[in-house]
Amino acid sequence: MELTGAQILCRFLKDEGVEYVFGYPGGSVLFIYDELYKQDAVKHILVRHEQGATHMADGYARATGKPGVVLVTSGPGATNAVTGIATAYMDSIPMVVITGQVPTQAIGSDAFQEVDSVGITRPCVKHNFLVKDVKDLTQTLKKAFHVATSGRPGPVVVDIPKDVTALKADYVYPTAVEMRSYNPVTRGHGGQIKKALKLILGAKRPMVYSGGGVVLGESSAELTEVVQQLGYPITSTLMGLGAYPGADRQFLGMLGMHGTYEANMAMHGCDVLIAIGARFDDRVVGDVKKFCPKAKIIHIDIDPASISKVVKVHIPIVGGVKEVLEELLAALKTTEQQRDEDALAGWWQQIEEWRAKKCLSYANSSELIKPQAVLEALYKLTDGDAYVASDVGQHQMFAAQYYPFKEPRRWINSGGLGTMGFGLPAAMGVQFAYPDETVACITGDGSIMMCIQELATAKQYGLPVKILSLNNGYLGMVRQWQEFFYDKNYSQSYMETLPDFVKLAESFGHVGLRIDKAADVEGALKEALSRKDDLVFMDFITDPSENVYPMMEAGKGHNEMLLRELA
Amino acid sequence: MRHIIAMLMENEPGSLSRVAGLFSARGYNIHSLCVAPTEDPTVSRLTLVTREKDEGIVEQITKQLNKLVDVIKVLDLTEGEHVERAIMLVKVRATGARREELKRLSDIFRGRILDVSSSTYTIEVTGVGEKLDAFIDALEPKSILEVVRSGALGIGRGTKSLRV
Ligand SMILES: Cc1ncc(C[n+]2csc(CCOP(=O)(O)OP(=O)(O)O)c2C)c(N)n1
Ligand SMILES: [Mg+2]
Repeated sequence: MELTGAQILCRFLKDEGVEYVFGYPGGSVLFIYDELYKQDAVKHILVRHEQGATHMADGYARATGKPGVVLVTSGPGATNAVTGIATAYMDSIPMVVITGQVPTQAIGSDAFQEVDSVGITRPCVKHNFLVKDVKDLTQTLKKAFHVATSGRPGPVVVDIPKDVTALKADYVYPTAVEMRSYNPVTRGHGGQIKKALKLILGAKRPMVYSGGGVVLGESSAELTEVVQQLGYPITSTLMGLGAYPGADRQFLGMLGMHGTYEANMAMHGCDVLIAIGARFDDRVVGDVKKFCPKAKIIHIDIDPASISKVVKVHIPIVGGVKEVLEELLAALKTTEQQRDEDALAGWWQQIEEWRAKKCLSYANSSELIKPQAVLEALYKLTDGDAYVASDVGQHQMFAAQYYPFKEPRRWINSGGLGTMGFGLPAAMGVQFAYPDETVACITGDGSIMMCIQELATAKQYGLPVKILSLNNGYLGMVRQWQEFFYDKNYSQSYMETLPDFVKLAESFGHVGLRIDKAADVEGALKEALSRKDDLVFMDFITDPSENVYPMMEAGKGHNEMLLRELA
Repeated sequence: MRHIIAMLMENEPGSLSRVAGLFSARGYNIHSLCVAPTEDPTVSRLTLVTREKDEGIVEQITKQLNKLVDVIKVLDLTEGEHVERAIMLVKVRATGARREELKRLSDIFRGRILDVSSSTYTIEVTGVGEKLDAFIDALEPKSILEVVRSGALGIGRGTKSLRV
């Protein structure tokens, strides 16, 4: 059947099973918008800024595991999308971003709204394509979805010149895709797995360090089973939270810069480290020279380039986390090797001593609202089952510390790029996927302003997101660093003219609540959660001086943390 | 250490910039780079020479190159026996008695005189980098008018070959 490029795109998205396209129209994509208008299989969500579209698609992808799809126009549409593309890239989120382009014959002429989208996005995509011939469109789209979702996932950009959307070609939905240059490994090397098992079972002070790869690889169940069979302690990166149940005794909390005392101390003291789907990020590792000084390291990862990139590992296993953990489980069941029970008992005793420090305790107040208390109340009132999308700053770290996620894909945050402005649109993307679930957006007075315009989108589509703004009047994370490391020179970190968030929410047609007394926190949350159909913006006026602890400074080891001093 | 990395990649617009972009984004050193289509016009072969002190970085380079979606195969030729060639064209001032002398020098280096004018020779020399350096060193510096050098090309010795 002969179809125009625009028709092919719409048909393809439908055949690929795409539910939502998050986008914003413009000159180069008008043929596409005309076709979207004539169909109803794919729902187009009109955002208010292209950054919002990318974060929405990203939030949708993180919550569902399905690729998020974005459609933007050429030039400024594409450049506005770059932050969201880079955000998805850093966290390996599957996403397909379709950018309009000026007509093929105008490319290179500095035409109106022309930018080299493929060039601009090259360093922050898994791959990108410029479609120069309508005959290549279908195959290219198929490749884009394949590359975005397989192996280590990531965003893929498909740049489509306007004339290509008007010209015609045959369309048949391709069920298969072949790329001789792209064949990601999934099965781990059997020999390596055997070697790893021997080391694992021989450990006296083992530690499991799991990351976002476990979530992306849908291997939370396998991870949980392996760890529970072994009875070993486990910590998680910011990106991996929820892959192992957060309230379980074997879970020591998050590790790294704002990790728990017990998790970081156990990292420092362990003799065998089992890294699973994690990439030894600098916020996790601290000073490389001081990292796990006594440990032999096993690293399971789908991306060979992640292995020994930062820290040299002893037993690398390249493969899908799920496949490797399944094999490890099978091997565990048949092995005759015994664990060193005495050593393990001693190790756990040591860990319990560290845990007894209760590094996350804080001096609650009956007047000032403590940000931690807001998160604890949210956890209690949602039974720990909410989807929580976060922005970036202190509030993000408090959310990671005080909302112990039970399941994967519930914690939605920009870990790698740390993009302020991510929270609200990401929460909205989650809400599109799960209209009946509670979706909370934890944000700050700084971050929320970066994509605030999406409140209009939320109104248009009736998304009942619950926004918890932990309003400390500061770019709190910046203020904290200035307090600790820059002589308390609070340079440009104080937000002098914040809007009245209640009125602002109301002006967009939402419900706004201002909460400034500790005693009112639970009541406000209950009210907001009971409003099933409304977006509620809760402006919590929190203690402006609160800091995130524990803290491992840059250049320090895991055993050199700053702890909160309680009076 | 100096490494010669050979790779096969899809011959598509933008493929080369992905490689170049990778090196600049990650701060890797590229000493030289040669690229051209192979006997199969859909495949390009790229040879690059890098000098990194840290062998861990060389390992990262090959892994990161392999990760590029357009890249079909990557081989660090330095890991095995291989032959290597680069080509150089030199335009030198050649007048009077110097003409005979230059001809002899060119012969010693198995060079070929490609172009002759009343006052210049253009000489082609091929070989490994050191040989080309040695030829330059053998010339009177003031007589050198222009030098153009390719990067190294490399191929493994023996029956094994790098193919799609
Ligand atoms: C787009 C962007 N710009 C700048 C930063 C640097 N930054 C990190 S945290 C932060 C402060 C965030 O303030 P707020 O949202 O109020 O959160 P708080 O730390 O106060 O909880 C800033 C400016 C960033 N992460 N992202
Ligand atoms: Mg703030």
